[in-house]
Amino acid sequence: MEAVPQDCPGTSSAQAGRGASCQGCPNQRLCASGAGAAPDPAVEEIRAKMRTVKHKILVLSGKGGVGKSTFSAHLAHGLAEDESKQVALLDIDICGPSIPKMMGLEGEQVHQSGSGWSPVYVEENLGVMSVGFLLGSPDDAVIWRGPKKNGMIKQFLRDVDWGEIDYLIVDTPPGTSDEHLSIVQYLSAAHIDGAVIITTPQEVSLQDVRKEINFCHKVKLPIIGVVENMSGFICPKCKNESQIFPPTTGGAEVMCQDLKVPLLGKVPLDPQIGKSCDNGQSFLTEVPDSPATLAYRDIIQRIQDFCGLHSSKEEKLISC
Amino acid sequence: MEATQETGNLTGIRQIILVLSGKGGVGKSTVSTELALALRHSGKKVGILDVDLCGPSIPRMLKVQDKAVHQCDNGWVPVFVDQEQTISLMSVGFLLEKPDEAVVWRGPKKNALIKQFVSDVAWGDLDYLIVDTPPGTSDEHISAVEALRPYKPLGAILVTTPQADKGGADEEKHPTRNLLIFLKMKSCYSVVSFAFLYCKVEESELDKQGQLNCGQPSNLASSYISVPNTSK
Repeated sequence: MEAVPQDCPGTSSAQAGRGASCQGCPNQRLCASGAGAAPDPAVEEIRAKMRTVKHKILVLSGKGGVGKSTFSAHLAHGLAEDESKQVALLDIDICGPSIPKMMGLEGEQVHQSGSGWSPVYVEENLGVMSVGFLLGSPDDAVIWRGPKKNGMIKQFLRDVDWGEIDYLIVDTPPGTSDEHLSIVQYLSAAHIDGAVIITTPQEVSLQDVRKEINFCHKVKLPIIGVVENMSGFICPKCKNESQIFPPTTGGAEVMCQDLKVPLLGKVPLDPQIGKSCDNGQSFLTEVPDSPATLAYRDIIQRIQDFCGLHSSKEEKLISC
Repeated sequence: MEATQETGNLTGIRQIILVLSGKGGVGKSTVSTELALALRHSGKKVGILDVDLCGPSIPRMLKVQDKAVHQCDNGWVPVFVDQEQTISLMSVGFLLEKPDEAVVWRGPKKNALIKQFVSDVAWGDLDYLIVDTPPGTSDEHISAVEALRPYKPLGAILVTTPQADKGGADEEKHPTRNLLIFLKMKSCYSVVSFAFLYCKVEESELDKQGQLNCGQPSNLASSYISVPNTSK
């Protein structure tokens, strides 16, 4: 990984091994022989590893700062409240891993065992993996180019000893780039239940989210639905609702109608959500009667229903 | 085409400023746009280079999302936001066939386009070129800084929010500061977005200005933080 040249065209590109920047790269001969274009053996290894994982959910958004990590963390907490379920949360935001802090796991380290890396456990039935656990300090910046990030994601999927899991939630960084292509590619043989796409009501977010929806269509990733975050702010003093991010073009509701994807729900902006995340606690248990908690719980139930419907369809196919 | 100092396209630019943040959604594009408008208001000629390839927000913010770029002898002609041609803009948004088209590229391809954006846009004479970046600390940032380095950028504006996991209360340990050190860039200023928020009351209690707040600052901002300039 370290020897990849700065302008590497990519091992599966038509220019692999042939480009000017390939001169002197130790992998040049390999790429030029076309080996790079062959299917990555890791895909098959990951498929085998993922056999013990019942449901895989990606949390995506074209836009940054809309609440993907917040939602992923609370989806994990919500699902793990049922102690009979095993839940895993994988943070593939390599540059800005927020999950360790949100789950109260800052400073934790990953351990190696004979069967691979062990995730860090918040509860007995909730395990977490993030690049944040591999850094020397929580404030270190991870400034990696695409190929190195892809290598890390491959390792997370192939080398982490997840065990038997009911739900694997994958938190992603904003955008439609290396990390997103890699996670879809590496899990391609293992089957992803679907993606939950997060947005905020304003058009500047929606225009990026529409691209994300198109990305899902392009890579044939089913969309479980869209969540509109920061949808209205209720003043703790006078209880009035203000629109901090006015839905000038109709918000997620109109976008979902136009693009024919389900709207899973709208979550209002509650300052206590941010506070819980900063303190590494579950907002669902800290502030159980907030309208935001009720919205989250409703959305989590709908996601569970989607996954349940999908597994019963699969069982029908197998039993036929 | 290699970007050298002999290439004409950036030699007419007096100052280059990058707008950075490790975290998404803190207001980089908003700050870039507002800064450009403020500089224009004070009589300066400004260009904006939007290197956020996956989520290019600036065209819509300046209401030029339906425009297209044209070619000239020196490369691409940037889109002018106004008749007087005081603000020009280059963004991948102008190169898409449809506005909802996703740019799904890996790092190497993004790097190639960013290099082109730096060397092949015919900016002409500008007082300031503001470079808006995407969230993260990856290909786009490394490539943009490397391509711009021969032209000696003035430095970077860091955008952050008061929330602990976004900005960090301890200025010495700010993750974006680490990015600046890695990129060997000077920080000019830090901007704290979303610092204050007030609610509005019902219409029946509107004042003469047409809005009123009940005076309750939200706890979105528990404190205002200020990150001082870092020295090189």
